[in-house]
Amino acid sequence: MNLIDMQRDLRAWLIGSAADTQERMGASAAIGLTVYQNNYRAQLVGCLQASFPQLLAWLGDELFLKAAITHIDSHPPHAWTLDAYGIDFGKTLKSMFPHNPDVHELAWIEWALSESFVATDAPHVSGEMWHEVDWDNACLSLSPSLRQCVVSTNASDIWSALEDGVAAPESEMLEAPGGLIVWRSGFSCRIKSIDSVEHAALLSLRDDARFSALCDAMVEHLGEEAGIAKAGAFLADWIAGGIVVGVRSE
Amino acid sequence: MFTPPPTFSGYGLGLRKEHYRDFLDTDVPVDFVEVISENFMVDGGQPRHILRQVRERHPVALHGVSMSIGSADGLDRAYLNRLRQLADEIDPLFVSDHLSWSRIDCFNSHNLLPLPYTEEALEVVCRNIAMAQDVLGRSMLLENPSSYIAFDGASMSEWEFLGEMSRRTGCGLLLDINNIFVSSSNHGLDAHAYLRGIPVDRVRQIHLAGHTQGPGILIDTHDQPVCADVWALYAMASSMLGPVATMIERDDAIPPLAELLDELGTAREIGRRQRGVREAA
Repeated sequence: MNLIDMQRDLRAWLIGSAADTQERMGASAAIGLTVYQNNYRAQLVGCLQASFPQLLAWLGDELFLKAAITHIDSHPPHAWTLDAYGIDFGKTLKSMFPHNPDVHELAWIEWALSESFVATDAPHVSGEMWHEVDWDNACLSLSPSLRQCVVSTNASDIWSALEDGVAAPESEMLEAPGGLIVWRSGFSCRIKSIDSVEHAALLSLRDDARFSALCDAMVEHLGEEAGIAKAGAFLADWIAGGIVVGVRSE
Repeated sequence: MFTPPPTFSGYGLGLRKEHYRDFLDTDVPVDFVEVISENFMVDGGQPRHILRQVRERHPVALHGVSMSIGSADGLDRAYLNRLRQLADEIDPLFVSDHLSWSRIDCFNSHNLLPLPYTEEALEVVCRNIAMAQDVLGRSMLLENPSSYIAFDGASMSEWEFLGEMSRRTGCGLLLDINNIFVSSSNHGLDAHAYLRGIPVDRVRQIHLAGHTQGPGILIDTHDQPVCADVWALYAMASSMLGPVATMIERDDAIPPLAELLDELGTAREIGRRQRGVREAA
């Protein structure tokens, strides 16, 4: 057998315990093949446990392991870094727990936190720079670490309680879906629930970085005076929190 | 044509997150540290910041686990470019990875899987090392793996494979003494003959680690202190080798730093004593 066929053969063994691989390798390889397969699966389980620690606490060891095994059986790893393995775990959870959005949303929070933790560093901006901006022509830069989604449950409260080691609240649906953002300020990852207006404002900024476009979007939602005031208030919060990290003239 | 990187004589530790604070806040008595490259091949954030700070105090060796130098379908250029970017920033003592494979057809096992020691595999490995060294712009070190299966049809021993690989590509060798012990035990080889077969002038770094007894097989777990048999093998290696960078590699069940420094002290003492023996001879 040539090298590439041997490597495909071992891949088949790792993914699915292909019986013919063991036959080809001979009886003497049985223990060794098992060691490699155990290493492969244990490493992926360990990776998911490390990437989703509060989800593990929320589901419990047994249910989490069941979800991990389902994921490993259906999602062989592709990326060069093991840290990327959890990227599709949320999809597996949705298929396994279709009526438990708290589970998917907890997974989203933890994955967003891990991405945010190693996202590109935001440039350092001096406080004076903001006073010199021509706001009519200003384009805003969002933090590269910002992650944003719509949630329907109190998953962020559950996550915060689990993270703080206190009793988590019961899972419950929100009265209306809301926004959730995760970002990194300096080296600290932050999580914040936001209302639908702020969620829409951040989305509009992703589509069109101009501050004037943000003002237009807010005016459309809230009217002329309140819209402009809201855009200004959001901007002040985002700059203070490290969500908006730069500005340039158009 | 590349040649092995310059020699470095000293004693170091693998930098693990449990000891970040020790390395940032105190003057840890090591000559170098080694980091897992992939942990720092990220876009930004605290890991890179910590590495930059540690680099201000200590030489850093980059040790990878994901290059998959034995992949029959070649290397991942995006991976190499990221590693190059990290190496350019850190100016590492060495860049190393394992004589193994982990990726085929976009599947990545994240396991250090064994290669058959055949001429075909040697050609694949040498082609991949040449590409890696070209992209990185520097010569690499390749580490002998622990292995749990052997292949029929091998045309050379592992040490012959390592020697020929180094000769053809100009890469240096990272000799993992524990891996020699584990693989020799698992495959019924003579560890002393293995060591005697290594081209000592190509060795630039030594790993010392612990292993675990599995069911009928030794497993390279890196979660134990270095055992007496491995220390004895290290003593033999020290009597043969010129200046090398020697380190304790612990990846699991990480003990307090003081415990690892004690182990490193043992390595220093054996290295000092055996160097005396070599010089006297």
